[in-house]
Amino acid sequence: MARFIIRRLIAMVFVMFAVSVLTFLIFNVIPNGDPAARMAGKNSTPQQIEAIRRDWGFDDPLYKQYFTTMKKVFTGDLLSYANRENVVDRIKDGAPRTFVLAIGAAFIWFISGVALGLFSAVKAGKVSDRVVTVLSLIGISMPVFWLGALMNYYLGYKLGLFPNGGYVTIADGGVFDWFYHLIMPWTALSVLFIGVYSRVVRSSVLDTINDDYVRTARAKGIGERRVMRNHVLRNSLIPVITLWGLDFGAVLGGGAILTETVFDIQGVGQYFQESITRLDVPPVLAVTLFGSFFIVLFNAIVDIVYAALDPRIRLS
Amino acid sequence: MTDKPLLDVEHLRVGFRTEEGVVQAVDDVTFQLHAGEVLAIVGESGSGKSVSALTLMGLTPKENAIFEGIARVGDIDVLTAREEQLRRLRGEEVAMIFQDPMTSLNPVQRIGAQIVEQILAHRDIPSAEAYDQTVELLERVGIPRARERIQSYPHEFSGGMRQRVMIAMALSCDPSVLIADEPTTALDVTIQAQILEVIKELRERTDAGVVLVTHDLGVVADIADRILVMYAGRVVEQGTLDEIFYDPQHPYTWGLLGSIARVDRPRPERLPSIPGMPPSLHDRPTGCHFRPRCRHEFAQCTQTPSLEARNPDSPAHTDRCWLSVEEKRAKREIAAGQIGLEAKGAIA
Amino acid sequence: MTTDPLTDYQAEAPVAFEELAEAEKERASGIGPWRLAWRRLRRNRTALAFGVLFLLLVAVALLAPVYADQVAHTTPERNRIADTLHIGGKEIEVVSFEGVPTGPTWHGQYFLGADGNGRDVMVRLLYGARNSLFIGIFASILTTFLAVTFGTLAGYFRGFVDAIISRALDVLWAFPVLLLGVALGVSLATGGLHIGPLTIENNSIWIPTLIIGVVNVVYLARPVRGQILSLREREFVEAARAQGAGNVRIMFGELLPNLMSTVLVFFPILVANAVLLEAALSFLGAGVQPPHPSWGTMISDGLRFIVSSPTQTIAPGLMLVLTVLSLNIFGEGVRDAFDPRARVRLER
Repeated sequence: MARFIIRRLIAMVFVMFAVSVLTFLIFNVIPNGDPAARMAGKNSTPQQIEAIRRDWGFDDPLYKQYFTTMKKVFTGDLLSYANRENVVDRIKDGAPRTFVLAIGAAFIWFISGVALGLFSAVKAGKVSDRVVTVLSLIGISMPVFWLGALMNYYLGYKLGLFPNGGYVTIADGGVFDWFYHLIMPWTALSVLFIGVYSRVVRSSVLDTINDDYVRTARAKGIGERRVMRNHVLRNSLIPVITLWGLDFGAVLGGGAILTETVFDIQGVGQYFQESITRLDVPPVLAVTLFGSFFIVLFNAIVDIVYAALDPRIRLS
Repeated sequence: MTDKPLLDVEHLRVGFRTEEGVVQAVDDVTFQLHAGEVLAIVGESGSGKSVSALTLMGLTPKENAIFEGIARVGDIDVLTAREEQLRRLRGEEVAMIFQDPMTSLNPVQRIGAQIVEQILAHRDIPSAEAYDQTVELLERVGIPRARERIQSYPHEFSGGMRQRVMIAMALSCDPSVLIADEPTTALDVTIQAQILEVIKELRERTDAGVVLVTHDLGVVADIADRILVMYAGRVVEQGTLDEIFYDPQHPYTWGLLGSIARVDRPRPERLPSIPGMPPSLHDRPTGCHFRPRCRHEFAQCTQTPSLEARNPDSPAHTDRCWLSVEEKRAKREIAAGQIGLEAKGAIA
Repeated sequence: MTTDPLTDYQAEAPVAFEELAEAEKERASGIGPWRLAWRRLRRNRTALAFGVLFLLLVAVALLAPVYADQVAHTTPERNRIADTLHIGGKEIEVVSFEGVPTGPTWHGQYFLGADGNGRDVMVRLLYGARNSLFIGIFASILTTFLAVTFGTLAGYFRGFVDAIISRALDVLWAFPVLLLGVALGVSLATGGLHIGPLTIENNSIWIPTLIIGVVNVVYLARPVRGQILSLREREFVEAARAQGAGNVRIMFGELLPNLMSTVLVFFPILVANAVLLEAALSFLGAGVQPPHPSWGTMISDGLRFIVSSPTQTIAPGLMLVLTVLSLNIFGEGVRDAFDPRARVRLER
């Protein structure tokens, strides 16, 4: 086990290194204008632009720029090209919001998805199953940003049921207001996943119900509730849990960029979005690293959990 | 046998409603199982043997099914019993082992726990005692180091061992009937022999009756007392081991016996097989279902033959073929590589 | 039977028996697996209906220029922000003095109203359909090509080749999908793509096509690799090798045909995801660039007017949902056609 963890940690470092190089290249190899000129602004003199170029090292060879930037990431010293603010600080401010959004949504969609999927499986073939299936398919087909925008407009603005976007910290507004502002973003983000998970759970449970060992369990004279719990659920939820781990990691790392933008959460994803429209490389790089860290981390966690849940899997 | 039968099946019919009408999976099956005997149900896929076995446990899916007749396990008719009665029967009065031990055990549960689960479903004893009983059971079926191995998972056992675990599990509550659905089909021949030993030993030690569902006549010859031959949902012949092997009455049985590779005969060019295929479930011929494949078909075969004992000397040996006893004896080919064992004793 | 809803599972099981009977019929008819899948698909009317709906959408998109010319008498870029038109007997200001675009006129011109720049929403909707569908379909073709190529190479040759490809896939996988897409989208939108002789203008719709095509490769490459890994161990590959077939022959002749069913099942879902991804990227400004319309950009543009003129946002969103839903339902149908989950359990 210890060896597995060490090996994964090393792999993680390599992968993140590759990610950082790739991101850096995307913005520096593809010609996109002069960052120094952009920083200097519209009515700048060539000397100002030159000065900026020297200060920020835009003249240096690419690999040197890369190393300098990376060093700054780790020392917390990274400054944005656009407004000179500290990137790492902004990420630290935005991260809790992204986390709250991700964690809340993840639990909502997991519980709802599993409940709906189970319901659907148990009622397989009947009308209620078809209704759930149709709703799930619609949920999967709905673009999150459109749904969010509509919710904001109709529920937030027109009907005034919910606040019109924005994020309120507990410190500022108390728990109730904080929660109140999160209901719509959580819902919008969850809808897609609930659709996906209800179908995955339904499919997994139906597969398991027809498995031989479930028949054996019934042949043993065990009560049906126990059969469902210990044999059907226990086995059918394993792939669902691993899937959830992967999705959770992806959303945690800023995958909720659309929801954040629509509801103005000011999280890490939105910071990325704002930065990229200005071609502001340092935040983009930092957020990308932030995101991929979580993806890779959760990949490893999921592998470990999977091996723990299913004795046939051995970590190799 | 005058003692009460463990299993009493009378004119059992199981049909399933499908888009194209009712499919009769089991069509008028009657048999009894007495204490201490092994009844083999022999047939190909689609013959209805597995559905019959599952129905005895009340495990046939009920929603589209039409049941007729009687299927009594002890005193309870499983066709009309309530679910709670069935639950108590299963594992306690009648236990079943299945064909594929690889998939028939829960892969994420330790085998000790799986056996204990069954014990505790029927007996009100402390868990530790159930575990002790489990260790004993595993030792009884020949699993070494049982005390350690109750913590193992199914995938850590070989196929033969897994089947032994299944047998141990089935026997855990001392059932009076053990139903074995193709228990050796998925195993090597050498392991097969071992499993059959375990079953034989069970018969010696207890009064349990065994229903052995199989398509393998070698297994049947080894262990069965009586045989039920099924074809296309119907019983086509029923008799004792000797009667079936030495004096088979139905052309299908002749075909089955004739297709066995024989060590005591010169090797034929090709292993004889019954020409044609069993009829599809939807599309069975009227009258005798075996008609299209039978060399001896004649006019009366368009009427469904009744299941009766046509030889007054063997009243318990029944078959479903209109041919008279003399005609059968004549037509039953006995030649090199073909059916018919050496005549035993007085049967001419 | 208890009425406990948790245990009311049996609806699925009898279906299995029907499918057994059905599967038997199909097997007996001797049709190959592709024709079989086609037949099953034909019977699934819901899936077919939505498949046809999708094709209709494609047709409508292709006819966009016709509509623009004949019905609306305008182009998607034509900005008549200051005009006042005579439509349906009324004088309508395309965009009012306060900057509020007109709502739906339900007539040929400005059928669904105007957007903030005075452009015809309906015309842009149809042209947006062209762009979004084009990108979705061609990106998926690119994804399929790349994924099959690299997945097959990795799975077949294993060793060093596999190591490199798998590491590359791991790195791609580690990128949060949207972040990667947006990064590439913005970057390429600014500078265009220049690789050797290949030059793509920075606002060509090939840019988002390329990006989405590449980004989605990971989702297909891994399953492909997995399937090749298991296929290559199968006997028919050994047989081909024994016949002297070289690697290329084996890959094209044996492995790829078997892979095709997997790919076919994935493809509609791939297109659905590509369309959604394109909408997301365009919404964020990293996809289709102005002045080309796309449903994503239309939603983004329309947000400002969601209070005064909600049609601008609702219409493209509805089209998106309809398109993706059709693809998803049709994709489900294709999957069921290839793998009907006929749990043949009752007879062996």
